[in-house]
Amino acid sequence: MSEDLGFLFALLLNGVSIGLMYSLIALGFVLVYKATDAINFAQGEFVMVAGLIVAMLLSFESVPLAVAVAVTLAVMIGFGFGLERVVLRPLLGRPVVAVIMATIGLAAILRGLGPVVFGSETRAVSLPIGDEPIVFGPASLPPIQVAGAVVAIVFFLAFSWFFKRSRMGVAMRAVADNQQVAQAMGINVERYFALAWAMAGVVSALGGIVWGSMLGVDVHLALVGLKVFPVVILGGLDSIGGALVGGLIIGIVESLAAGYLDPYVGGGTKDFAPYVLMILVLMIRPYGIFGKRKIERV
Amino acid sequence: MFHRESGVFKTTYSADMALYPLPIAKWTVAVLALIFVVIVPLTVHEYYLSILNLIFIAIVGALGLNILVGYTGQISIGHAAFMSVGAYTAANLAVRLDLPFWITLPAGGLMAAAIGVIVGMPSLRIKGLYLAIATLAGQLIIEWTINHVPAISGGAQASIQVDRPSLFGFSFNTQGSLYFFLLFFAVVAIVATLNLVRSRIGRAFVAVRDQDIAAEIIGIDIYRYKLLAFAISSFYAGVCGVLYTYYFGIANYEQFQLIVSIDYLAMIIIGGLGSVLGSILGAIFVTLLPIVIRILMENVGSLFFTTAEMANVISGLRLGAFGGLIIFFLIVEPEGLNRLWRNIRSYFRVWPFSY
Repeated sequence: MSEDLGFLFALLLNGVSIGLMYSLIALGFVLVYKATDAINFAQGEFVMVAGLIVAMLLSFESVPLAVAVAVTLAVMIGFGFGLERVVLRPLLGRPVVAVIMATIGLAAILRGLGPVVFGSETRAVSLPIGDEPIVFGPASLPPIQVAGAVVAIVFFLAFSWFFKRSRMGVAMRAVADNQQVAQAMGINVERYFALAWAMAGVVSALGGIVWGSMLGVDVHLALVGLKVFPVVILGGLDSIGGALVGGLIIGIVESLAAGYLDPYVGGGTKDFAPYVLMILVLMIRPYGIFGKRKIERV
Repeated sequence: MFHRESGVFKTTYSADMALYPLPIAKWTVAVLALIFVVIVPLTVHEYYLSILNLIFIAIVGALGLNILVGYTGQISIGHAAFMSVGAYTAANLAVRLDLPFWITLPAGGLMAAAIGVIVGMPSLRIKGLYLAIATLAGQLIIEWTINHVPAISGGAQASIQVDRPSLFGFSFNTQGSLYFFLLFFAVVAIVATLNLVRSRIGRAFVAVRDQDIAAEIIGIDIYRYKLLAFAISSFYAGVCGVLYTYYFGIANYEQFQLIVSIDYLAMIIIGGLGSVLGSILGAIFVTLLPIVIRILMENVGSLFFTTAEMANVISGLRLGAFGGLIIFFLIVEPEGLNRLWRNIRSYFRVWPFSY
């Protein structure tokens, strides 16, 4: 394989693994939107909080990783339930703008108080997977990216099983499809709203662990959440498969932009290209690749 | 003394839309003018003048955002980016071409309006959360562009120093003289907004907000008015950015990050969406809040935190308090401080009787 192709392959490989990790976070966003029609602008802050918790737990040397992960998951599930009860439920039936602003407010609270409670220094989350890059043909990846990609794939499989086969998953799809009919069939809609937020908590906990161990945990971890928007817009806001495909595309676009454009413009295109792509999608096909075409035209 | 009308006696539309509904309103304005033009600058200490100055700047920005979000119902998370467009336009013109403020200020506003229209374009096809995400993208793209294009940002620190504004050889270089400079623009912005929202354009904005399909049916060109709302709102934002630039003597992208957009959203939600008085109250509240938090933390917080941590703690608490207030007002009092003020006023209208 020539050198150019090898470079391209390395970029693609990197893009795919990063993209899978984006999709993992985007999944939390999509789950909430699909089930409750609420838009969560605080998804990145959820990830940050989860990262802060796991980093704090791991800083006590006696706590094993499994316990830290389990506790983080439990805390984030509780957080999701509590949040739905305190903030989102009073806003049911209010304009979409009110929900958007409430989650922006939530993001501000988490981003403001997170460092006050947990300390503002950058912490490391060290997972027992070593530092040796894992070689794939002509390219190689750091083990954390491989681990993140594997976690993302496992969770996508788990969630697609959940929605297709399990009773709760089917009920949740019913709620997402039509709340009134679901209620008429005896489904407790509010309980499934809470469940959706708790699932967003689970996904954020995992996102916090993998992204935290890749980037280090501090308030900037929340910026990962800004990348969720290009992913979900591209894939379609209410499509789980869309989150996966959107994540892959954004990951690859970012990686290619960083590889081919950065040398010409002096860096940073990977924080730029996804948003340009997103604006284009919004103009041409606002419901994304797999989204439902129920968008309100004006 | 608190002479208000005891019922609705208006018989014409123009009486209903009047700027001064009662004679007492003229007196109120006159007294406010006397206080702000004569008494405050003569008696108030320079430190408090500097706070007032920040409030005046914030009022201009909050009015702009309220026209877009409160009156027209188009959400924007990119307000700070439009401020940065105005700020850098004015700073470049002032430094490179040596233009005075009365050219750079409208130029900054117009540039921001032009960019605002471009960012607002998606509003023609999409609304609600899609528009929120599109304006978020606008904010991030503008932030990135300013940061990465040295021709705009003036090089390494992405900041441009400008001289303080001057008029006929008089330089506004103290807090006291800047007070008059900023007061003037705040008053212009308030009067312009009051008149805008009771004009044909303002009524069209409200119609688009309340029911866009109905608005289109009664003959309002909603595309035009949505873009106009973006243009006007961004013009205010641009002017606000220029005022910040002249006030601090420097245009710096850090003053215009995403967080600042959230500050301004907090202002109009806390103050009251779709209300001029609400924008003013919100601007006052949000500007004073961090100062109160800082004073509190300096006195009480030293028991819990070291001095080194204090700066982080204060900025964190400030952001957290904004977020908490946004959620609190959205859930408990969606019409904001403006509604509280109206409640108080209508209570005193018939006081001391119950009705």
